[in-house]
Amino acid sequence: MAETAANIKKIRALIAAHKRWDLLFSLLGMLALMVGVLTFVALFGQMAVEGASRLSWDFFTNFPSRKPDQAGILSAWVGSTLVMLVTAATAVPLGVAAGIYLEEYAPRNWITDLIEINVTNLAGVPSIIYGLLALGLFVYGFGLGQSILTAGLTLGLLILPVVIVATREAIRAIPAAIREGAYALGATKWQTTADHILPYSLAGILTGVIIGMARAIGETAPVITIGALTFIAFLPSVPLTGDPPAGLFDWVMSPFTVMPIQMFNWTSRPEAAFHQNAAAAGLVLVVMTLSMNALAIYIRYRLRKNIKW
Amino acid sequence: MVATPAPEIASVAAAAAPLPPKKSESRGLGFHYSSFQALKNINMPIYENKVTALIGPSGCGKSTYLRCFNRMHDLYPGNRYEGNIMLYPDRTDILNPDVDPIEVRMRISMVFQKPNPFPKSIYENVAYGLRVRGERKRALLDEKVEEALRGAALWEEVKNRLDEPAFNLSGGQQQRLCIARALATDPEMLLFDEPTSALDPIATASIEQLLTELKEKVTILIVTHNMQQAARVSDYTAYMYLGELIEFDATDTIFIKPKNKQTEDYITGRFG
Repeated sequence: MAETAANIKKIRALIAAHKRWDLLFSLLGMLALMVGVLTFVALFGQMAVEGASRLSWDFFTNFPSRKPDQAGILSAWVGSTLVMLVTAATAVPLGVAAGIYLEEYAPRNWITDLIEINVTNLAGVPSIIYGLLALGLFVYGFGLGQSILTAGLTLGLLILPVVIVATREAIRAIPAAIREGAYALGATKWQTTADHILPYSLAGILTGVIIGMARAIGETAPVITIGALTFIAFLPSVPLTGDPPAGLFDWVMSPFTVMPIQMFNWTSRPEAAFHQNAAAAGLVLVVMTLSMNALAIYIRYRLRKNIKW
Repeated sequence: MVATPAPEIASVAAAAAPLPPKKSESRGLGFHYSSFQALKNINMPIYENKVTALIGPSGCGKSTYLRCFNRMHDLYPGNRYEGNIMLYPDRTDILNPDVDPIEVRMRISMVFQKPNPFPKSIYENVAYGLRVRGERKRALLDEKVEEALRGAALWEEVKNRLDEPAFNLSGGQQQRLCIARALATDPEMLLFDEPTSALDPIATASIEQLLTELKEKVTILIVTHNMQQAARVSDYTAYMYLGELIEFDATDTIFIKPKNKQTEDYITGRFG
């Protein structure tokens, strides 16, 4: 009896000692988390405080101006939106097709391995390199000029690896049993892909696409490299309104600017009032990015509702 | 390791009725996963409209053998077949590289170990095999789906919720849905890979009941780790060990007086 009591006491002391490590780590972990969260909150907060007063309807509908209180981001947000359209139109079909090919069709050999390693590494290539490539290839090589098309293609290439990797991850999450179930009924590769693989991995693919786009919308370096304007006081023609057929796509050849460049331009001005504009534009850009991420989460939630594995 | 004698293909029930017609016959069947030989020289018939059970300890190759019948191994690189599996009455060699595995899978359906319904509606799950074959007529699809669900003893439970996701069904219902999905295309043969191993005893009983009804229409080959199940549902039983067929005979013979000592040890629980 006495022995058992002593034993229990020993066990409890041991547990208490071990639990101190739990406590210690949870404190450390929380601290680590706070470094990130607080930094973001501080940056965002400062930007919000500085820029909030400039946020008004006019700010969104005015072109940039030499007078800080009349300057707005119209050309920048329209430019960013149109560039993103081209980016999505490029990166989504290419990236999804490449991802599906690598997962479902490519033979398993060293060439495929080499391609896979390259795709993964591409995601780590500095964005300015893409800018230089695009300057040589799209601007001069293909003669596309310093246009929305060039910027969209460049950013499309930039996020292509992200889309490919996201597509592959999403496809890999589908259990082998589902794939085998389709093949066992006599489905071909394409039937399996179109009827099962693609629909079931759509949530993951879209999430990857949107996260890639959220990255692209904030990119500055490659867009500067290909020669985006920093001051632009007109809009591209509205998509699909020109004389068909060629006129429908007039807008893609327009010069343009994008949000981060507009921000950068204002930051580099000496007048403090322009810095306020930069903060306000930054605020808008962050909100755009965050809402894209929110959309990704929502889509993921909606599409995965009936898929349980 | 005990030396394995040549597989015994018994002249089943020699005294009584003549042998039923063969649906399929394996001849010198071997199978390799890259460098590992999983099946060695398997020779055995599958009789038409009978249930044939494959039993044996884990890793004996029974699932590997089953998956040869619909060329499932073709999906993964490095796999290699040897010998033939003849399919009657047309004498097609399932394993012949010139025979399209898709054609084989359209004739021979499969039900897997874990229920694997597609994340689609109950209706679309059952109709998928027909859709793969290009069937678009709604009336015909409706008719076939109902027939298959009735065949799988699931119709009464789901007839009012065909548009609900298949995942809403219980495990046993999901497995019967998978059976309906396999039945909808009127296959000549049905392969079952331990179809009840993920199910509770009640669901298992209903699937076993179903098997004995289904053999009226289709030839069944079933892998099971459960010997009682083999004894209950099958007409013929094959005992496999380490990739070889040790004994094949009528189920009664295998369970009452097996000719091979190894089979007897396994059946009686002294081994395995």
